[in-house]
Amino acid sequence: MSPRNLSLLRTFAPLLGIAVLAVVMLVVAPAVLSPFRLNSLGKYTCWAIAAVGIGLAWGRGGMLVLGQGVFFGLGGYAMAMHLKLEAAGPGNVPDFMVLYGDGTMPGFWEPFRSGPFTIFAILALPAAVATVIGWAIFKRRVKGAYFAILTQAMAVVFATLLVATIKETGGFNGLNQFTQFFGYNLYDPVNKQMVYSITVGLLLVCLLIVWQLYRSRFGELLVATRDAEERVRFLGHDPANIKLVAFVVAAMMASVGGAMFAPIAGIISPSDVDATASIFLIAGVALGGRALFLGPALGALTVGYGRTALSEAFPNQWTYFLGALFVVVILLLPRGVGDLPRLVRTTLDRRTSA
Amino acid sequence: MSTTTRSPDTRGLDYLEIRGLTVDFDGFKAVKDVDLTLLQGRLHFLIGPNGAGKTTLVDAVTGLVTGTGLASYGNQDLLTMKSHRIVRAGIGRTFQTATVFEELSVLQNLDIAGGVHRSAWSMLRARRGVPTYVEEALETIGLTALRDKPAGTLAHGQKQWLEIGMLLVQDAKVMLLDEPVAGMSAEEREQTGELLQRIGHDRTIVVIEHDMDFVRSFADVVTVMHAGAVLAEGSIAEIQADERVQEIYLGHQPDTAAETGSGSDADEETTVTGEGSHRA
Amino acid sequence: MDAFTTPLLAGTASGALLLIAALGLSLTFGQMGVINMAHGEFLMVGAYTAYVTQQVVTNADLSILIALPVAFVVAGLLGLLLEVAVISWMYRRPLDTLLVTVGVSLVLQQLAKDIFGAQGDPVVGPGWLEGTIPVFGYNWPLRQIFTVVLAVGALAALAALLKYTSFGRQIRATVQNRDLAETMGVSTRVVDRITFFVGSGLAGLGGVAVSLISGTNPNLGRAYIISAFLVVVAGGLGQLKGTVIAAFAVGVVTAFFADWTSAAMAQVATFALVVLFLQLRPQGLFTVRTRGLT
Repeated sequence: MSPRNLSLLRTFAPLLGIAVLAVVMLVVAPAVLSPFRLNSLGKYTCWAIAAVGIGLAWGRGGMLVLGQGVFFGLGGYAMAMHLKLEAAGPGNVPDFMVLYGDGTMPGFWEPFRSGPFTIFAILALPAAVATVIGWAIFKRRVKGAYFAILTQAMAVVFATLLVATIKETGGFNGLNQFTQFFGYNLYDPVNKQMVYSITVGLLLVCLLIVWQLYRSRFGELLVATRDAEERVRFLGHDPANIKLVAFVVAAMMASVGGAMFAPIAGIISPSDVDATASIFLIAGVALGGRALFLGPALGALTVGYGRTALSEAFPNQWTYFLGALFVVVILLLPRGVGDLPRLVRTTLDRRTSA
Repeated sequence: MSTTTRSPDTRGLDYLEIRGLTVDFDGFKAVKDVDLTLLQGRLHFLIGPNGAGKTTLVDAVTGLVTGTGLASYGNQDLLTMKSHRIVRAGIGRTFQTATVFEELSVLQNLDIAGGVHRSAWSMLRARRGVPTYVEEALETIGLTALRDKPAGTLAHGQKQWLEIGMLLVQDAKVMLLDEPVAGMSAEEREQTGELLQRIGHDRTIVVIEHDMDFVRSFADVVTVMHAGAVLAEGSIAEIQADERVQEIYLGHQPDTAAETGSGSDADEETTVTGEGSHRA
Repeated sequence: MDAFTTPLLAGTASGALLLIAALGLSLTFGQMGVINMAHGEFLMVGAYTAYVTQQVVTNADLSILIALPVAFVVAGLLGLLLEVAVISWMYRRPLDTLLVTVGVSLVLQQLAKDIFGAQGDPVVGPGWLEGTIPVFGYNWPLRQIFTVVLAVGALAALAALLKYTSFGRQIRATVQNRDLAETMGVSTRVVDRITFFVGSGLAGLGGVAVSLISGTNPNLGRAYIISAFLVVVAGGLGQLKGTVIAAFAVGVVTAFFADWTSAAMAQVATFALVVLFLQLRPQGLFTVRTRGLT
């Protein structure tokens, strides 16, 4: 193959990957999977959306985001509040507020009666929070492990806050029992499949966004910042701004994943967004390959499936697998399973040349 | 080589002026009340024994350490600015250890250096073709044949040239080069000197150097620093004739003279590394 | 007066717990740049050691005294095992080490659940720790005072070890310049391992103190680890002085906020304060000055 064709292939192979993924998930999966399994796949897809963002922030940007559950939760709870109000009907308050409280609704719930506002909030809330926190952290050149710890602390604090506010957020139980999704009855299998398709569509959109980012000059600069942050300063860029963009985009993707998770799983609770959930989100990215294009999404789908399958087969041992996955993958395959072909190739090359 | 062909009177259009620059590390004054005027079009060399404060001076001017006094360039006081702003104002520098982006190609390294002049929106687009200024820089530093090679595979000297090329793409009007020829062969030194002369006409170039042969062949103006202060300034002939300079360099003060002339400057080393490569 | 002394003294006690947990973290982080997310589980191991010791030696007055050294050794050996088996293979990759130890912590939590059950077990406090001492109108429980004494004792022992023993000098040399220490004949490998043993052992001690206050629980480590890390972050890398101040500051501030609002809001406030504090001092309270850029 000529070098020119090769570089064309390198540019557009990811698009081919997206196309294949689209066909498999939008055409093949609905045809062969039961509605229950398809719904599970939808759940994994939500995690995959968040994983794509983690790949951007961690894989390309070198920022180990251990608190993406927070942003997943912001989107998830924003959507869930809207669905809750839809289920309650105009003028009514969500059932749990009557159950746990005096039946009055806190003021911040009111705007979520509006669908457009909810969609706006799903994008704007994580962007605002990530900007404030990212600005505070990056501008002061706090990085590496310090950054990872702070994001993890953020997830712990967020979950604690949710559990403690039972009257406002449903507390430990979270928000559940949604009946409608923007006017569509969620008990209707056709509508459930529509929600699934929307979720897959959003995953594909996120993939397209990172594809463009990775091939752009910003993508090069992000990798440069990951590998030699101080050097980038002497190219005339403030590394804080570069990292901030990646962090905010990753936060918004996590939020979108969380927003679709609520109607698909039928619940969003602190255990879906706490420190452990955040770590679970990282697991798929590590498995698939943090810096690879499709690695994070495929890894997240795999880990999601593995969680269901292993939990069904060995109810109490799933955690061992998750723990072992971290140790084995990070220790032996730091670039993820997606890196195996390259490893095999270089090993073979060395064999043949030796 | 004669210094008269490059007299400041005919070429001194642009300049970097340093007045009373002092850098204080917890009571230890690494740079003491330094005055320097660096004029465009001259190859300005900064020499002196280890610990003389040469690199610290450059660090202060480029925002790496805080200094007091004044470093003005085009109505801006560099001492009050952040590193990336200083770069945007047209001041570029290199480091003792060549720091290029090893995984990116030569071309990408040069291209990424041009980012300063691009709009935020164009940053989100993929690179199409090679901008002419990148092409020209590639030509100037003589790495056209190696443009698609990963920068990590370059020889040491070539990496230094690539760094100079990156400064060209950045359009740095002032170039502060920290020991650019350390570890180079005689032939590479010659080429580097000629490169600096070629690009030096419309720029202000300051070179920190230990190699006296190199200084002798290419310096227009030499400033000698000692113990944080300027000891002498003038043409190479004047410097060589200066008794105080001889004193430092010829061993009347054995504690410092023993170290001079060696290639590297261990206690003064400034490297730029990211989190990852620092541990690598 | 009571509104002031109660949170102050209770906060001092929880600060002391944070200090024991953070000492080990700070030690390994400062020396090896390793973040051990399983450190909290060593606390849990210490707590379970106290519980198991009590099953063997039923005399509560005695068992806690036996549990202290046993917990130190058990947690220390576990730390050593972790270092040898996993961490020593990836010293050049600090963020990856962090993630691997996250995996280890998940496994340890699940192990505790499978062995001891998901519910916690109570640890009977010794008779000589029953009761309170009135301090400025607040009846300070002896158990809390015990925690403070334990923390100060551990701190003093560690400081003495670092300052007066040749091993301590080797540790400090390794912290300041690993490569140079190596060329001066310090076996940094051995130093790293012993440091890991000591740091993890300290967490074991802390676990015994925790067990006296809240019993055992598979998730016990998780409750402390993040606060302990915030202490290390705020205190500055590998700085005992900073760790001590930050530990008591975080303990006391959290106690005051908890008193004024709720435990949950106190967590939020403490996190916000640490982030704000990093705006003022991004490298923590105390830093080692270097001329290189990192």
